[in-house]
Amino acid sequence: MTQLSSTEVENDAAETGPQSDERREAWAAQLAEALGDGFAEHHIIPGSDLWVRVNRESWTDAATAARDQLDCQFFDWLSAIDWLPSPYGRDMDAQEDNPEPKAADPMEQGHAGGETRFQMVMRLYSISEHMGITIKADLPDDDLSIDTLISAFPGANWHEREAWEMFGIHFNGHPDLRNIYLPGAFEGNPLRKDFPLLARRVKPWPGIVDVELFPGEEGP
Amino acid sequence: MTAVSADQRQQLAYVATQAADARLNVEIETEGMTLNIGPQHPATHGTLRLVARLDGEQVVEAEPIMGYMHRGYEKLAEVRTYPQVTTLINRIDWLGSFANEVPFILAAEKLMEVEAPPRAQWIRTVLFELSRIANITLFLGDMAVQLGALTPVFMAFRDREFVLNQIEAATGGRFHPNFDRIGGLKDDLPQGWIDDTKQAMEKMRDFCDEFEELVLGNEIFQARSRGIGIVPAEVGLAYGLSGANIRASGVDWDLRRDGHEALAYDQVDWKVWTHPDGDSFARYWVRLQETREATHIVDQLLDGLPSGPIMAKVPRIIKVPAGEAYAATENPLGEMGYYVVSKGDLVPFRVKIRSASFSNISITPWLLKGVYVPDIITILASLYFILGDIDR
Repeated sequence: MTQLSSTEVENDAAETGPQSDERREAWAAQLAEALGDGFAEHHIIPGSDLWVRVNRESWTDAATAARDQLDCQFFDWLSAIDWLPSPYGRDMDAQEDNPEPKAADPMEQGHAGGETRFQMVMRLYSISEHMGITIKADLPDDDLSIDTLISAFPGANWHEREAWEMFGIHFNGHPDLRNIYLPGAFEGNPLRKDFPLLARRVKPWPGIVDVELFPGEEGP
Repeated sequence: MTAVSADQRQQLAYVATQAADARLNVEIETEGMTLNIGPQHPATHGTLRLVARLDGEQVVEAEPIMGYMHRGYEKLAEVRTYPQVTTLINRIDWLGSFANEVPFILAAEKLMEVEAPPRAQWIRTVLFELSRIANITLFLGDMAVQLGALTPVFMAFRDREFVLNQIEAATGGRFHPNFDRIGGLKDDLPQGWIDDTKQAMEKMRDFCDEFEELVLGNEIFQARSRGIGIVPAEVGLAYGLSGANIRASGVDWDLRRDGHEALAYDQVDWKVWTHPDGDSFARYWVRLQETREATHIVDQLLDGLPSGPIMAKVPRIIKVPAGEAYAATENPLGEMGYYVVSKGDLVPFRVKIRSASFSNISITPWLLKGVYVPDIITILASLYFILGDIDR
């Protein structure tokens, strides 16, 4: 809903109720019931979005349950997040050239929590409800593998190939784990945080943020 | 010519019958053939390579090979500040660039809990629709040229200029406007722009009418696209098909209407077009109707453009609070979304780009199975992808 004036903003807030979101609560409850122990945690931003974290073993079940019970027939996307703080500093735009790894910040996972460095993320969407859900699963460092979603959503095939080459996550039961973007001989997993972006290491970046502050303005 | 004796004639007749028997009794075997299409082929819009294993004229297995244009935007976005990222993502779908910027900006605005002022939202929507028209116009000409009709593509390039000129007049960039800002827009509209744009929309409606007759009414076009490449709705959804591709399979879903992003689509009166057939013809038909609908959306938005500021109050150095947000909009090619993870820095921690073409084209191994070779071109053309949108 586009907000045209300040009065309307207040009305909208009163209508949707900023503190609660019954539809998303109901979805989370339904998934929790379907998955039992496999359901770990959920997080809701009222009126905006729903995150659910499940155990690795319940990954495929969560997709099937969301598809069948929540009517999430649309497979949006699948990927992973590497929560390791970049060992090259928080900001590669930093003006000092610092190839030495810094002491890492503590690792902090996002919405719906988590314990491990790598997390799987998938997004499903319900055409009938016009609502989406983000499902996450933790992957232990010593065994970066998870079941494939191809049986539930054939569209997961290419997304899993991408996650495989970019993060090095193995998908059990995937028929065709091959490189999708990178050349076959490529070494490493580029989207991992400890994979350096060499272009930045060999040449200073010309787009360093360099804003002259107004008098009295606070810096970043 | 020498005369053939009776004996020789008898001998030849015998050989001929033997040969005919042999042909009947032996099962004819054709060796499978591998056909390589691309990476430099007009049907591939850039550098998609398609390897098809054929049995005779039929495709047994088709395998798209991507990556010739992979630029690693998800990695690059992790070392750029939020305003710098829009420069990159302009180049994902290069025909509808402005539309690429909007979902990223919306995701960042969600995290910052900022909302653009109404005027900015309306102008955003206008420019969004203009880039849709510019993008799909080219598709309308391009699919026709791939089916052997040469003229439409020239008309498409010619008439697309009307729209590109308006985009350029407002933003300064024909293809890469880089105009959207967190909290609003870079500039207001120039003087006289609204009238010029309305005239351009008038011309685009003429263009659509002309194409409806010229292409959709063409018997050859119909013969080559009707019933070709049928996508059932539930298969399309499971593969993540979005946009006009899924609406051509009868799914009434459009993120402009059904999404909850801060754009002005709910302020105007318009219609979502669907087609029940799900074939290549339907996909062309839906896109043509959408282009015409988009001109009406632009006209209405320009009529009701609210006045006011075009930037919300945001700090000059943008630090986005920690959190995660996903914002998706209905781009010319389908659903495009950005999943942005922020740790409260100047740069995003992780950006997952959900591009429409990647999912749209992931159905091709399924869809191309069993089709005839010329239909490969029809199907690829009708699914409509931009390579930059697949490879990112």
